[in-house]
Amino acid sequence: MNRHLISAGDLSQDDAVLILDTADELDRIAERPVKKLPTLRGRTVVNLFYEDSTRTRISFEAAAKRLSADVINFSAKGSSVTKGESLKDTALTLEAMGADAVVIRHSASGAPHRLDGLRVTIVGDVLHSRVARSNVLLLSTLGAEVTLVAPPTLLPVAVGSWPCAVGYDLDAALPKADVVMMLRVQQERMNAAYFPTVREYSRRYGLDAARMALLPEHGIVMHPGPMNRGVEIAAEVADSVRSTIVEQVANGVSVRMAVLYLLLSGSDQGDQR
Amino acid sequence: MTGTWLITGARPLGRDAADVLVRDGLIAEIGPGLDEPGAQRLDAGGLILLPGLVDLHTHLREPGREDAETVSSGTAAAALGGYTTVHAMANTEPVADTAGVVEQVWRLGREAGRCDVQPVGAVTAGLAGSRLAELGAMADSAARVRVFSDDGRCVDDAVLMRRALEYVRAFGGVIAQHAQDPRLTSGAQVNEGEISARLGLTGWPAVAEEAIIARDCLLTAHVGSALHVCHVSTAGSVEIIRWAKSKGWRVTAEVTPHHLLLTEALAAGYDPAFKVNPPLRTAEDARALRAGLADGTIDCVATDHAPHPLEDKETEWEVAAFGMTGLETALRVVHQALVEPGLLDWAGVADRMSARPAAIGRLSGHGRLAPGEPASLVLYDPSPREAIDPTTHASKSRNTPFAGMVLPGRVVATFLRGRPTVLDGKLAW
Repeated sequence: MNRHLISAGDLSQDDAVLILDTADELDRIAERPVKKLPTLRGRTVVNLFYEDSTRTRISFEAAAKRLSADVINFSAKGSSVTKGESLKDTALTLEAMGADAVVIRHSASGAPHRLDGLRVTIVGDVLHSRVARSNVLLLSTLGAEVTLVAPPTLLPVAVGSWPCAVGYDLDAALPKADVVMMLRVQQERMNAAYFPTVREYSRRYGLDAARMALLPEHGIVMHPGPMNRGVEIAAEVADSVRSTIVEQVANGVSVRMAVLYLLLSGSDQGDQR
Repeated sequence: MTGTWLITGARPLGRDAADVLVRDGLIAEIGPGLDEPGAQRLDAGGLILLPGLVDLHTHLREPGREDAETVSSGTAAAALGGYTTVHAMANTEPVADTAGVVEQVWRLGREAGRCDVQPVGAVTAGLAGSRLAELGAMADSAARVRVFSDDGRCVDDAVLMRRALEYVRAFGGVIAQHAQDPRLTSGAQVNEGEISARLGLTGWPAVAEEAIIARDCLLTAHVGSALHVCHVSTAGSVEIIRWAKSKGWRVTAEVTPHHLLLTEALAAGYDPAFKVNPPLRTAEDARALRAGLADGTIDCVATDHAPHPLEDKETEWEVAAFGMTGLETALRVVHQALVEPGLLDWAGVADRMSARPAAIGRLSGHGRLAPGEPASLVLYDPSPREAIDPTTHASKSRNTPFAGMVLPGRVVATFLRGRPTVLDGKLAW
């Protein structure tokens, strides 16, 4: 247990491409009648979730199980963690029990391969989004031009130092976006003065059909889920042919499989840290 | 009465006499010996020519308190004072916290036609200080609101103030703060000091203003936004703003005519004409405010024109309303307080009463006397000295603290985009 993948920013371009290439190969398993590889048989993956995140956990669980690993799900809620056990002690305990990998709640999202010059606009609550952080780091590593669009209240103060452009005007950003990724507005933000009202948020930063029409013809719409239909994304946009939201979920499993595979299978190509 | 005007012999910004040709709402030409057959002529020999004044802080009271002022009466008063734009504060009933109300006020101004009315939007819904109003909707409305203020109340919650400052960056807005710590000024009536102690009235300490200004300057720097400080009233506030500006932070400030000229000593007679918020301060504060305005630390003069009907002012001090009218006296007060002592020349007056407030309000087409610019102008006679007579005022309210005071000067004419709104010191129509 001496390999880590903690931040997308730690990945070199080669690392990222290796993960994605591996994911691509593993992706084909999903099309087989028996969606399982024996690669990680006998290994144990613990999903240690300090924060509830059903989708992320299920995605990791599916990824590990498809690689034949044994999975233990550990939710911080109702466990020794709520009794005050430190993260360190929890991890030591899990290791003593024979865990080969510990997944600590974190999310990553599927991404295509060669991104040189691809213009990706990420819209919404960047301040509280792991997805946005991972994406800015990884996408720029892969050569994409990332633009963040959000009310200034939902951007980190130091966002100027990130490898991306920043704007406040969604209508101005869309015609220049090959990909627009809408981030979820979390319920708890809605009443915390980050923006005046849900309606105003939706009016200024929500993707409806009229705004989607501003995208270039080939432009696609992404969302890491779960969606607030009618807030950051209109139902007709979420369900449109331009939306790749469902594919993102499938790709998410493949990428997680790839990461687990590379971290656990002893492959000497993988040098992630 | 629009059309072509030839204004002869005026002294632009108090400099050498020149003629000004006004055509199609614009300044067509400025120079000596102009002639234009068919133009209406206005002999302005000896008059100072200034760009039309811009007030960042006006209470027009409509909708809701039409007994105190209306957009129509307030803009008439503004024109008589030499103003061509006023920023209408949001504390109306209903509060100007939605696109609907700011558009209504903006349209009333257009209909009145004597002076542009640029609505100020509320920062928080209902001025309640708990959640942001729909600032973006007001910014995107026909009124194109860029200045937001809960004036009359301070946005004292630091998180809310931070969010407001951050949020308006999206459309280049500015938060205009009424700096008053509410806990330090509960029940406050007059400046806290010797006078409050002697009169037995609850004091309004300078620190209640200065602490908020300091905090807001720091918040503004932290989030990289723009802050405007309303009606600065203390020497300490001037120092804090000078410091913030020295850091390169986007902080601007205004001072009222009454704080430039009057002091707390006037409260001694318990006459509510002198009751205002923030209160009149010490002579030392007034001196620091004049110096701050002269050196540019304070960017502009703003009237805080706050009309109140007689019944809200003819009362015991403690129950009387806070506020003073100011539109029709501001230029004369600035003449007395800054020009006569040599602290500011007329170019400086044009800067502090027109160009800079327009820039803070994100307005274009103001503050410059040059060919091609909109012909929004004021002609001012610096020579007369007369007592202020509130009964001649166009404002519906009479609560001027300058009643009976002899002040220099007289606004002779005001032009709004080439159309005279005031001629010979009276409303032109």
